[in-house]
Amino acid sequence: MNQGRKFHLDFKKYGMVIALVVITALFQWLTEGVLLAPMNISKLLMQNGYILILAIGMLPIILTGDIDLSVGSVVALVGAVTSKLLVGEARMPVALGIAIGLLVGILIGIWHGFWIAYVKVPAFIATLAGMLFFRGLTLVITQGKTIGPYPDAYQYIAQAYLPDVGGASQIHLTTILIGAALIVVFLITQLQKRRREISYGFAVSGSGVYTLKLVVMAGLIAFATYWFTRFKGAPVILLILGLLTFVYSFVTEKTVLGRHIYALGGNERATALSGIKTKRVKFMTFVNMGLLAAFAGIVYSARINCANPTAGDGFELDAIAACYIGGASASGGVGRISGAIVGGLVMGVLNNGMSIIGVGTDWQKSIKGLVLLAAVVFDIVNQTKKK
Amino acid sequence: MTKVLLEIQNIVKEFPGVRALDNVNIKVREKTIHALVGENGAGKSTLMKVLSGVHPHGTYEGKIIWDGGECRFRDIRESEKKGIVIIHQELALIPQLSIMENLFLGNEQQKKGVIDWEKCRFEAIRLMELVGLKEKPETLINQIGVGKQQLVEIAKALAKKVRLLILDEPTAALNEEESERLLNLILRLRDDHGMTGIIISHKLAEVTKVADDITVLRDGSTVETLFAASDLITEERIIQGMVGRELTNLYPSRDSEIGEVRFEIRDWVVYSEEYKDKIMIDHINMKIKRGEVVGIAGLMGAGRTEFAMSVFGRSFGSRVQGIVVKDGTEINVSTVSSAIENGIAYLTEDRKALGLLLQESIKGNISLPSLHKLARKGVVNQNEEIKVAEEYIERLGIKAPGIFQTTNNLSGGNQQKVLLARWIYADPDLLILDEPTRGIDVGAKYEIYHIINELAAQGKCILVISSELPEVLGTSDRIYVMNEGRIAGEFTREEATQEKIMKSILQSNRRN
Repeated sequence: MNQGRKFHLDFKKYGMVIALVVITALFQWLTEGVLLAPMNISKLLMQNGYILILAIGMLPIILTGDIDLSVGSVVALVGAVTSKLLVGEARMPVALGIAIGLLVGILIGIWHGFWIAYVKVPAFIATLAGMLFFRGLTLVITQGKTIGPYPDAYQYIAQAYLPDVGGASQIHLTTILIGAALIVVFLITQLQKRRREISYGFAVSGSGVYTLKLVVMAGLIAFATYWFTRFKGAPVILLILGLLTFVYSFVTEKTVLGRHIYALGGNERATALSGIKTKRVKFMTFVNMGLLAAFAGIVYSARINCANPTAGDGFELDAIAACYIGGASASGGVGRISGAIVGGLVMGVLNNGMSIIGVGTDWQKSIKGLVLLAAVVFDIVNQTKKK
Repeated sequence: MTKVLLEIQNIVKEFPGVRALDNVNIKVREKTIHALVGENGAGKSTLMKVLSGVHPHGTYEGKIIWDGGECRFRDIRESEKKGIVIIHQELALIPQLSIMENLFLGNEQQKKGVIDWEKCRFEAIRLMELVGLKEKPETLINQIGVGKQQLVEIAKALAKKVRLLILDEPTAALNEEESERLLNLILRLRDDHGMTGIIISHKLAEVTKVADDITVLRDGSTVETLFAASDLITEERIIQGMVGRELTNLYPSRDSEIGEVRFEIRDWVVYSEEYKDKIMIDHINMKIKRGEVVGIAGLMGAGRTEFAMSVFGRSFGSRVQGIVVKDGTEINVSTVSSAIENGIAYLTEDRKALGLLLQESIKGNISLPSLHKLARKGVVNQNEEIKVAEEYIERLGIKAPGIFQTTNNLSGGNQQKVLLARWIYADPDLLILDEPTRGIDVGAKYEIYHIINELAAQGKCILVISSELPEVLGTSDRIYVMNEGRIAGEFTREEATQEKIMKSILQSNRRN
């Protein structure tokens, strides 16, 4: 019953990864090597981190067939709140300020989730209302002014690099340790997975191919680690993004909750008739989005080192575009966290690469629009070919 | 013999990996009704798509001869221009538009792009009279029932000056009275207007009633054509051609071992969702014993599905009253999850809308309600899940390339088996099966009856809702007859006959 898992390239699954590689290679050439310079990679991650965080929150919502248009405004509002708490007279402890910021996000998520899941207001409308409402609140709180600068500890998340435990030496030891740990964890989980599959009697790929796969992956991690050590080490935001990607991939793909999210997007009524509390699942995706939007707000305000009443304008569209470019389906039920990350990176590389070679923001927007269209067309063509 | 209007010659149609049509030959005589029968996946729908130009010329081999000349349709418009109109199972009407607007959709009564509403109205009234619709032309489609919508579709075909009308499962969603009316209309159009028809149907009784000629398809090839004028046509004779063997017994026999009463539903009352004062289910009392198959018979609209869904976690209706007792104690069925926890499962009649996740694999569809069983601390054991799915594919004989196959590509019978696997794996004590064999072929039906018997033999309680009386009679140990939200009668297997059941329905009608 199990046909031997032969190696063949699944274009639907890896199409965007290939596109990312091609686009990166193209700009690496156009920018004469600047794009992939260690310093520029760190910068690229810092510039796009908050979009990626938003995309991670947006994907579960898109999976259930909904959408959240308010996240850009939430980013601004949370920035405004933390600036009020941390800048000027108040001077609260930074950790407390961040905690309150995140709490605001959760409350916003509850607000949206309540209207959408329980009162059945269409998500498009409820979050459109939220987009206006929270943008307005931001203006009220900031009184239309830019507030900053933040204390140093606050900026740490978005701008800093991992501290070097090695101290004096030239080599960035923390980064190397993390890289080594990653390789070990990767190898152990892969080997365990294979052992379990064999114990269930499933066909697995031949040991030669398997070893090659492990070596290539471990090599990639090792190389990435080495690359970051060439400039100040890995940025903090990379660690955060890595962690979020891992956790949310795990939750969406391996847990009961994750499976319920996919099922809900596939067929809401059938899912409800299977005893799944669909309203609660929907509610949870919005609460989660609120939390991550708040987190993105903190990262963003920390990066630009001020709260700005127009902050986050259009972020919701970037986050949604990242999900779609990464293969999510507009009708729900299809998409992956890793896809959303790849989609976000495609846009990030385009932005960054075009900036380096001197393409203006006007053209950057147009080109991003075309890329979004192309990605979705690619998806549709792929699907009709399958039929 | 009358003139041959349409001849299909040696049609071969291949999809990647599958030969859907393999040398199909059919002659349709003018002014006759030609029935096309065959199991699911026999190629009926594909053939109609070739004929109507959905699969354009060049994508298939063979010839279509229409009225003496060869046709090479590039799309539906071209076939419609010749007078070939197909009415699909899923009706192509716009619910928010009026009957009149739908009638002339794509065929607008216009002068230089401006719609002539007077002519439109005049024509609409004429066409509606022809098919026996008494509504106002301005009535919206979503305000009339499926039966009348079907008539609108036919009127729409007539507006296009149809010469050959193709009906794909026209009565699948209709009750007996509506079906009867529709079939009579088709006969009348043949006799009075010289229309030719092709009807695709699983209901052999109606095929024998209306068809002049019957062509049987099996595995993409034509097996035989029977002529009502010269051949003796019975349902058994048709089934023999469809399955290639003589099916002596449609319902597998079973020695039922019936135990004590396990489930009892008392004074069950449900009100309508839209109109909170309208009573839908009126004080129903029902008992189901261990190892017993209980049937619920009744016409469409009798409230059987509504009753079952309201018991299954109040999935239907409002202001639900009454209690469900299991093994002597009352159980909570106020939500679907609590109903499942208390051992109730409901297999829906509408498997595409309410049952399957069509984009999801067979595996994911089977495990959906039982993921918590496969999980530890919220993390699904995917290896175990694969094992379970493999096991059920084997056990229920689901024909698919593998458990990762998405369910939208499966035939109706296999889709139904996937849903059965879902609920059998959930391990309920009471399994409610709502129209378990709707729209699936004879062979798969037999297998499903067999599964029902196996479950009963394991001591499960089974409740079968079916609109096909022979099915209720053939599977059940005991039968409740429902009508207009009430129990109209109760019969044991020995007592029950089709006549008695119909009589109890009619009598309860008269009392009102």
